[in-house]
Amino acid sequence: MVAVSRKISAGPVFPGAEMASPESIITVKGINKVYPGQVHALKDVDLDFPAGALTTLLGPSGCGKTTLLKIIAGLLAPTTGEVLVKGRAVTGPGPERAFVFQDFALMPWATVLRNVAFGLELRNVAPKERQDIARHYIGEVGLAGFEEKYPHELSGGMRQRVGLARALAVNADVLLLDEPFSAVDEQTRRKFQEDLLRLRETERKTFLFVTHSIEEAVYLSDRIVLLSRRPGRISQIIEPKIDRSGSPDEIRRDQAYLDIVEEIWQGLRQFVD
Amino acid sequence: MTLFGYRLPMMSSLILWCLVWELVGRLELVLLFPPFSGVVAALFDLVTLQKFWGATWTTLSTFCIGMTLAIAVGVPLGVLMGRVKAAENLLGMWVNVFVSAPLSALVPVLMILFGMGEKTIVVSVFLFAVWIIVLDTQAGVKNMQPSLIEMAKSFGAHRPALYAKIILWAALPEILAGIRLGFIRGVKGVVIGQLLVSIIGYGELFELYSRSFLMEEFWALTIVLFAFALICAELIGMLEKRVEYYAGVRQ
Repeated sequence: MVAVSRKISAGPVFPGAEMASPESIITVKGINKVYPGQVHALKDVDLDFPAGALTTLLGPSGCGKTTLLKIIAGLLAPTTGEVLVKGRAVTGPGPERAFVFQDFALMPWATVLRNVAFGLELRNVAPKERQDIARHYIGEVGLAGFEEKYPHELSGGMRQRVGLARALAVNADVLLLDEPFSAVDEQTRRKFQEDLLRLRETERKTFLFVTHSIEEAVYLSDRIVLLSRRPGRISQIIEPKIDRSGSPDEIRRDQAYLDIVEEIWQGLRQFVD
Repeated sequence: MTLFGYRLPMMSSLILWCLVWELVGRLELVLLFPPFSGVVAALFDLVTLQKFWGATWTTLSTFCIGMTLAIAVGVPLGVLMGRVKAAENLLGMWVNVFVSAPLSALVPVLMILFGMGEKTIVVSVFLFAVWIIVLDTQAGVKNMQPSLIEMAKSFGAHRPALYAKIILWAALPEILAGIRLGFIRGVKGVVIGQLLVSIIGYGELFELYSRSFLMEEFWALTIVLFAFALICAELIGMLEKRVEYYAGVRQ
């Protein structure tokens, strides 16, 4: 890894976010994002994302959480500030990050297999090899047998599994998920959350997760970053220490789980008219 | 088609109209309409003529060259206008003017510029066909799902891959619709061009037949042309159906 000295942009620094701690994989420094028309989407955001953890960005709609995720992904440029991934400044998308889209972003003209292998196709991996890798991850997300189907033949939940498999197939260190379950019905959503917890155990990756669902955030996360209303700032960081050894239903009835959901709701309440 | 509860065989309406034509022709009301059977006989005579095949070759080759040029220019131009705002502002107005303009009026000017030969026909086919291809391609590119572009970029697609693997495919249903409409307009271009130049291809035959009141031959040639235009449009339509499954399901 190359160590490069960089100017750290000025701006109020939140406690606990001064310098990248050794185990943090992503560091966000003094990010401001102003859209044309003086829409201030993000204001002085400083954050660390610990490696191997699942961090959720939670906040009311329009608080800039998706904007922040896209800046980390390198899909949007911040107005000021910078993002470091594994110590390197982000100038665009990179192979160590993979994105899962809210609207799935599947190619409707391609089969599930080609969609999942697409990230590898863009990296010029040989067809045989990339299809083997894709098949493995299609199995991992529970879609074995659907390799030759087209996206329009799948349900919303299955489509998002394809999106997830595609992100897993490129073997990135960080998975960026932008409200991945918002276009999926409630039952599918719960099943999906459970599968995601299981995948976390097997894949050992860092997850950054954007959601507007408090329950989802508490259920899944090691760390929850609460963003305030526009301009988005960090209002609170919560680390729910929930025992996830029990069954999904036990977790959802767990007192610690319910308390944190309530605490976050009280925190977010001020932003709701 | 069903009539009074009976299922009629395919193309029965066509047969009906042919009968009406035959009757009107037999009544000898108008000189312009010989009986349909006469036209069919003329059609069989026509296809044995050396001159007919020469004219067909000229017509087909100029049409194909003009269409190839129209596609080769129209699709990239449409993609450019769909992706670059400045290009849209610069060219959008002109494309919209030309797509609805009566281009036949320009053919005489083309004759002065390109001479009384095949070059003029090629250019008129091109001019008739290209604008609708540009416009439809642009619409397809502009209406594509924006997250597909973000997706490709996030997985490291560079510009050539982005265009070849995502943008062209996402816009393919609209591009094919544009090409189908372009074909239909291109047939108009080749016919109007040849009629106005009137010394090559079908234009020469049309000129000959109409001037000497050989109405049976005239209609036979017209039928050949109509059938050609219809078959072209149907072939592209079949190609369109193959990509339709995803045109309708794009989110």
